[in-house]
Amino acid sequence: MAALVVVLFVIPLVLMVWMSVNHWPLLGASTPNGVENYQALKDPLFLRAVWFTVKYTAVTTVVLGLIAFGLALLVQRDRRVVGAFRTIFFLPSAVGLASTTLLFYLLFNADASPLNELVRFLGIGDVDWLGSNGSTLGSTVGMITWRFAGFYMLILMTGLQSIDPELYEAARIDGAGRWQIMWRVTLPLLRPTLALTMVLSVTGSLLAFDQFFILTGGRHDTATVVIDIYREAFLSQDLGRAAAVSVATLAVLIVVNVAQLRLIRREGR
Amino acid sequence: MFRRNAGFYVTSAALAVLFLLPLLWTAYSSVHGRQATAGGQGFGADNYRRLADYGIGLGTYLYNTTVVAVVAVTVTVVTTTLGGFAMARLAFPGRNLLFLVTLSILMVPYTTILIPLYILLGWIGLQNSLVGVGLVMAVLQLPFGLFMMRNSFEALPVELEEAALIDGCTVGGALRRVLLRGALPGIVTIALFSFLASWNEFVAPLIFLTDGAKFTLPLALFNLQSGNFGSVDFGALQAGVVTSALPCVAVFLLLQRYYVRGFTTGALKG
Repeated sequence: MAALVVVLFVIPLVLMVWMSVNHWPLLGASTPNGVENYQALKDPLFLRAVWFTVKYTAVTTVVLGLIAFGLALLVQRDRRVVGAFRTIFFLPSAVGLASTTLLFYLLFNADASPLNELVRFLGIGDVDWLGSNGSTLGSTVGMITWRFAGFYMLILMTGLQSIDPELYEAARIDGAGRWQIMWRVTLPLLRPTLALTMVLSVTGSLLAFDQFFILTGGRHDTATVVIDIYREAFLSQDLGRAAAVSVATLAVLIVVNVAQLRLIRREGR
Repeated sequence: MFRRNAGFYVTSAALAVLFLLPLLWTAYSSVHGRQATAGGQGFGADNYRRLADYGIGLGTYLYNTTVVAVVAVTVTVVTTTLGGFAMARLAFPGRNLLFLVTLSILMVPYTTILIPLYILLGWIGLQNSLVGVGLVMAVLQLPFGLFMMRNSFEALPVELEEAALIDGCTVGGALRRVLLRGALPGIVTIALFSFLASWNEFVAPLIFLTDGAKFTLPLALFNLQSGNFGSVDFGALQAGVVTSALPCVAVFLLLQRYYVRGFTTGALKG
């Protein structure tokens, strides 16, 4: 196991930093070139990718978080057939992201799909779900919510169920209303679980690739940071620049994750 | 009380329809309609027939995907079981360092190290290799698996293996005969996670596999969707999505009791 970790994780990490300070074409010899590759971070294409990725991450995290929390509240109590509902909500999470994306590609594009039938029925007319930057963002967030809501629901539900029921009882006896219980009891106690879901969702969204690569291929400025890395590496055939962008992305991710965990821990006090 | 219950069931049922509809629609329209019947009406398997003949044949793609999944699952299960046991029970130099480095894989999302991995796999002759992709997928599963197996073993009483050792078992024998039984839910969960992740993986095969004959199913389906400009064969694509999703849904439904339990106890309460 140690060998696996070293060969396929530690060495690649070191190699990534080394590649980022070399001119490293896809084919052919490499030569050191200092920080030249980091010019890639000033590329307008890259900056647009960053902006789109940040926008997407913010919207996804909020929408997905709220819906998953709603689902968790809905199914947290044990009662008849609630197990079946949990399974159904989780089921999309068993389907791969690439398959999900292809499924929604059909849903968006096939004339007879339930989605297109519905908007026609509502009299909205035909919608081009992937026709612009904004509509792609909205459609993708919808799709990602469908795919991941059950997964986050399960995490949040575990958190909710680990809260001692006596605390609710005590709050009720003290005359707290529903909202007060939510704000004063449930949410503070759920903070570690919320932190976990937030870190997962932010990291996952910042590294989004499959969904946009398959749905639009980055059209309408819907390229994400990872799509930009892919383009640098395999279309521009410049692995050095791709490595430089990777190093920067990794640094940002670590800072973001540490900051999120700090923030949540401080609020907890 | 009745009203609140009714509210719950109506809301849940409506949501359930929303969650199931995309899956059911795809499954239904993959066998129904003009494309499915080659121009006729009702049901037919034509979409699947065209899918089977796509590229170099569905059989090859399924085989490739299976190879990746088998390598990933086997390596993940063996290494995390042995590693988790060692972490929980044996004292050896560098134990904590190894554990920390492995967990740090979680902090370093793998899409950022795909480029150096691409070069590295080339150096060790595993570029364009299904085994290489399987190994990379296994490494991604290590932190979660190791964490979970360590917790599983720590949850088992030490007396259990002491008794086995006194009765004349070796350490390996105790692990095999006694502890593995107790750690089974954890092992099933890890195998399931690893299977779902590697069966469905898209980016790693996209980058590491260059030869069309080695493509995995998600990659082949992506080519089916993007390959021929303008005219995408929706029917075959629907059949493909069903083919790719069906094993995952089936395995999940079969093992969901382990999955949910392992997920909620082993992974989150540690």
